[in-house]
Amino acid sequence: MGDIMKTSSFALTEAKYVAGDNIKHVVLENVREASLKVRSRQENVAGVKLPKFEYTNDGEVNKNDLTGLARGGQQVQQCRAAYIKAIEVLVELASLQTSFLTLDEAIKTTNRRVNALENVVKPRLENTISYIKGELDELEREDFFRLKKIQGYKKREIEKQMQSAKLFVEEQVAEKLALQRGISLNNAQNILSATAQKDEDIIF
Amino acid sequence: MANRAQIPTKSSALIAMIADEDTVVGFLLAGVGNVDIRRKTNYLIVDSKTTVKQIEDAFKEFTTREDIAIVLISQYVANMIRFLVDSYNKPVPAILEIPSKDHPYDPAHDSVLSRVKYLFSTESVASGRR
Repeated sequence: MGDIMKTSSFALTEAKYVAGDNIKHVVLENVREASLKVRSRQENVAGVKLPKFEYTNDGEVNKNDLTGLARGGQQVQQCRAAYIKAIEVLVELASLQTSFLTLDEAIKTTNRRVNALENVVKPRLENTISYIKGELDELEREDFFRLKKIQGYKKREIEKQMQSAKLFVEEQVAEKLALQRGISLNNAQNILSATAQKDEDIIF
Repeated sequence: MANRAQIPTKSSALIAMIADEDTVVGFLLAGVGNVDIRRKTNYLIVDSKTTVKQIEDAFKEFTTREDIAIVLISQYVANMIRFLVDSYNKPVPAILEIPSKDHPYDPAHDSVLSRVKYLFSTESVASGRR
């Protein structure tokens, strides 16, 4: 960019030298409407809207045609051409600069978002996950424990039933004995239980 | 992405200039000058008699005007209002520092480059321009 500006300044100096210093005033007086304008468009790059400048020559050449009539007309034209080229380069530079700044901001916002996600959202979610896992494990353990207890109960129930069934069978046998020997039930039971011990009344 | 600045898509936007006389004359010759009905121009010629306040006012006016897309400012003029230029952070209009005849371009003072360096250090400046 520096080189182009140097060339155009040089061209201007030449024009001034040839056409006399007065072109300045002529030019200043003659400013009406800008014939060089820029168009700004938006380009979408990777989701970021970037501005882009385009340079348009609006056609009507300025009324500077009187500038060079006295002398140095060609130099003035050359100078004008040099400056127009300079403007083209400058417009492109401006466009790059704005895209640059916009991208810079976009990068910063994205960085901020990444940081927020990493340091805030993730730990929270992880906490929730571990809490849920813990609860599920605990419920499972409770279930397991309950199951074991119920099994224990059932076992005891079965044992009780077996015992009562045995008692019942013994009583039945005692009844039979009583019927056979014609003694009372009580004596029958005593006989049954006494077969294990020696009765004093019986001598031998 | 809701707070993205509005970038106008205009079909005709002007180029403003704040520079010394020779540069401005050259650009006017090329045709970027515009005087509207209220006699407002889009350029400001800075010479030894212009006060800093005038330059500041012109800068503020150019950056708030809706129809100006680029502001070209000579680097030594930019140095005079460095704080204003540095605190300006809208994407449009784009502020471009140009060298003048007596002051060659000095990238160390360019507000954009130095700001990028300050904000971001390593990569951007190295990979970016020039």
